[in-house]
Amino acid sequence: MDILTRLASSLTDGAVRLVDLTRTLSPDDPTIIMPPEFGQSWPVKIERISRYDGNGPAWYWNNISFGEHTGTHFDAPVHWVTGRDLPNNTVDTMPLAPMLAPVCVIDCTAEAEADADFLLTRDHILAWEAQHGKIPAGNWVFMRTGWGNKTGAAYANLDAEGAHTPGPDADAIRFLVEERDILGFGTETIGTDWGQGGHLTPPFPAHHYLHGAGKYGLQCLTGLEALPPTGAMILAAPLKILAGSGSPLRVVALVPGGPD
Amino acid sequence: MTRELLPPSKKNPLERSQVPLRPPAARSAPTLGLLIGATQGRFALQHCDGCGRFLYPVRDVCPDCLGQRLSFQDAPRGGVLLSETTIDITADPYFRRQPAQRQGLVQADCGVTMIALLHRDCPAEGRVRLSLMTDRAGMPVVFAHPETGGAPHMEDDPDWRELTAQPKFRRVLITDGRSPVAEPLARQLLKAGAQEVFVGVADRWKPAPGVDALGGIEGVTLCDLDLRDERSVTGLAADLAGKTDILINSAYHFRPGGLFDAGQVLRAKDTLDICALGLLRLAQAFGPALMGRGGDGTTRNAAAWVNVLSIWAQTGRPASAIFAAAQAAELSLAQSLRGELAQGGVRVMNVFAGALEDEWFEDLPPPKTAPAAVARTVVTALEQGIEDSYVGPDAEEFRARMARNPKEVERLMWQG
Amino acid sequence: MRRDFDGVVVASPVSVPYARFSIETAQWWAGAALRGLTEASGISHKEMDGLSVSSFSLGADSAISLTQHFGMTVRYLDTVPLGGASATVSLRRAARAVQAGDADVIACIGADTNHPDSFRQSLENFSRFAQDAVYPMGSGGANASFALLTRNYMARFGATREDFARICVAQRDNALKNPNALMRKPLTVEQYMTARPIAAPVHLFDCVMPCAGAEAFLVMREETARAQGLTYARLTSAIERHHSFPEDPIQIRGGWAVDVDELYAMAGCTPGDIDVLQTYDDYPVIVMMQFEDLKFCAKGEGHDFVRSHDLRIGGDFPQNTSGGQLSAGQAGAAGGHLGLVEAIRQVTGQAGPTQVAQAKRAMALGFGMINYDRGLASAAVILEAA
Repeated sequence: MDILTRLASSLTDGAVRLVDLTRTLSPDDPTIIMPPEFGQSWPVKIERISRYDGNGPAWYWNNISFGEHTGTHFDAPVHWVTGRDLPNNTVDTMPLAPMLAPVCVIDCTAEAEADADFLLTRDHILAWEAQHGKIPAGNWVFMRTGWGNKTGAAYANLDAEGAHTPGPDADAIRFLVEERDILGFGTETIGTDWGQGGHLTPPFPAHHYLHGAGKYGLQCLTGLEALPPTGAMILAAPLKILAGSGSPLRVVALVPGGPD
Repeated sequence: MTRELLPPSKKNPLERSQVPLRPPAARSAPTLGLLIGATQGRFALQHCDGCGRFLYPVRDVCPDCLGQRLSFQDAPRGGVLLSETTIDITADPYFRRQPAQRQGLVQADCGVTMIALLHRDCPAEGRVRLSLMTDRAGMPVVFAHPETGGAPHMEDDPDWRELTAQPKFRRVLITDGRSPVAEPLARQLLKAGAQEVFVGVADRWKPAPGVDALGGIEGVTLCDLDLRDERSVTGLAADLAGKTDILINSAYHFRPGGLFDAGQVLRAKDTLDICALGLLRLAQAFGPALMGRGGDGTTRNAAAWVNVLSIWAQTGRPASAIFAAAQAAELSLAQSLRGELAQGGVRVMNVFAGALEDEWFEDLPPPKTAPAAVARTVVTALEQGIEDSYVGPDAEEFRARMARNPKEVERLMWQG
Repeated sequence: MRRDFDGVVVASPVSVPYARFSIETAQWWAGAALRGLTEASGISHKEMDGLSVSSFSLGADSAISLTQHFGMTVRYLDTVPLGGASATVSLRRAARAVQAGDADVIACIGADTNHPDSFRQSLENFSRFAQDAVYPMGSGGANASFALLTRNYMARFGATREDFARICVAQRDNALKNPNALMRKPLTVEQYMTARPIAAPVHLFDCVMPCAGAEAFLVMREETARAQGLTYARLTSAIERHHSFPEDPIQIRGGWAVDVDELYAMAGCTPGDIDVLQTYDDYPVIVMMQFEDLKFCAKGEGHDFVRSHDLRIGGDFPQNTSGGQLSAGQAGAAGGHLGLVEAIRQVTGQAGPTQVAQAKRAMALGFGMINYDRGLASAAVILEAA
């Protein structure tokens, strides 16, 4: 049997399972917020064109609009100023290969539950590698926090100082980019950066280092508890938007089957 | 003496809701000149600029000097009741359903004789204070209060209640809880007797101390309402449209910036989406229900829709061109809405304010308008039945200058 | 000094029996009255050379349309839109035309139909001032307008509801003798006093009943009438006066008070010489004002007058002998014709069951058009037996 036939039968017999890691695109889901004097990203809007009515008797459809960085979404290198001059740095020009790639999942659920401001450090990553092996080049690294199960205010977790959500520190991201050559970094929170990432040096280090090195970002993921620490693959193909900096997308994981 | 209005009992679900009826709406075009005063709470009657006498009913020529330079000028409000009656039998469906209408013939101090709707506390042949009002068809009528002696519960007079939109016992929806006007408005509505105040808040996940304070007020219920989102608006309407008696569209989304500033098209879309399209979404979701409940009893029927607007809706303003344009769009929609809701006897009122005393206008010197003052004016507009209100000295000045010369205002706006 | 009416006569009183509601048009009722005139006079409508029409319900038509509709060719044509003053005014104007030789035989017709909603519609569209400044204030119509006048009159002069009752009860008594009256049941003072309020102090029996009907008569020179062998009455005096006393803050008198002396001077008589009086009676207060303004008593003494006089057919002061509009019904603009046509019948001895003995001189009055706060049109005529 050739490999794709084997994959097909594995998908049928449960040896490989598909897992949805995507939040529903909804107007109610929190999005990144900027101070009001900056330009604003549109939240999701779904406006009915017709629903078997006078505007379309036999059909139902909507107009949708949203910012490129809304819902479960993909960040291309051009999104950040550090990646602006890289080749093929937009969603329409990026190579296809990253759209199906293996993933390492670092479980920080307990830490994030204990401390919303939990910072992932190089030491945490090294500890994970001690248990699961060195992160291979070209892998996604997902920071699993359980945050994707939250909604509304708890999900955004804002106060007067801004968001309080877990994320990586600058050193951890530099390590993953420069010493592990990962494909990209994924989180369950709004953004690949720590909630208070604007106060780190450099500000928003995940965006800064990932995109400066041509790496990708995935955020607002959910359901990461279904993934093994290693061995799963991620299908993450952003919309082919002209010169797009990112896009909402359906993120699906291929997970080895079996009860464990 | 006016009988105190009692809280209405719960609606009997077995009874048909009364359909809205309108008082006779036909008026000659010149008589609509009385709307100048009636919509602003002024007693402005037709005046012959040639011989200086007041005229009523409205004419096309002065019967004294045959002059045709006729204008509408504020007149003294006092008068003497010459005679009165109570109309028990009428052929008009609206008045048939109303309690028997008291009517009087008043010799006004300004010289004219007016047939007026009479407050029930007016003493026979005593002195009265006249008001020009708009009736539930949106047309001008004359109302007379007793000149002295404010009996308790005077505002409960059933005819006065028809000519106004008293918050007392009514359920109110404020659409934008993030507006600085929302909190003082909710408090003052409750003080004015509103039974319940619902306050819509978009993006409840974004914390705001003002919203928390609102939620803590007894009588206030916070609801999810995002004026940018049709689903959200129709969702709330499903719960509230059938029991919203007064809707106050407090949508406030000020962003400074002129036509040449980068990113203005997007800002314009956002601002229009909230201000203008927000009103449209509200109209689609709440309008028909409000209109249908315009005659649903007299105590807790749908009565009014209020828009909190900027004076800049009436002109351009280079320093905040986008906001002014969005407000202009909202004003235009509000005016069309007035024509629609008038069919159900529901009033559309606009309250115009200048720069608010808030973070967005820190760079502007006083006078600026406190949000609490806007709230007070909204409640006064409801209690007095005032269609167009202007809050604070800068809005008042704006109104006066616009009445004199809109081009003067346009030029003044260039200075910011 | 204005010219007298020498040689002008009225003839052929016609009443088309009233109906509370009618599915016919005003044109139908006017046509029936015209046919009545031809039958009463023996003069073909094609021979009549003048037409004067009053109606509220002709729609887009006026007298000119009716010439073609009715097949008449005329050289005198008048539409008199003066409501209750129309009959007396159309007689006065037609009289001058026949006197001057501008016309020979003028048919004066008042006709209106009444559908169930006509009355409300005519209130709503009565006049611009009424539409703008009266109807929206409670839609009380003429009842409310007269309520205001009545309450003021009562307060100022001391008239009471019992005084008004005397007028209404006496007229009902007269109506019982008029087979065409719509109200055929006796009315007592007690029934009057306990009737439901319409717009206090106006109660049910102070109000006329709107109905469909038509009234008509012919105006011509005496020699014409004689040549036709008609019974006729002489017109001896006629006045009209509109929007009189605008300085009165509220109406307590009509335009008659301006011209009353000339009215009697032209007729060469005094109030005491009037044998039968037909007032315009849409509300009893206006009847009382007419007693005063036509000098049957002084201003403010109308209530004393009714207390001391018997207004019935057989009484010392026979008034509204057909029952008046209060009991016969108000056929729109024909309402003012009711009294005038009855006056012609009285002085020509044709009144039948309502005939007043020795009625040689009659006065008929018209009043109309509550444009805003008062009635604007007033008119009066005096007729004498030939």
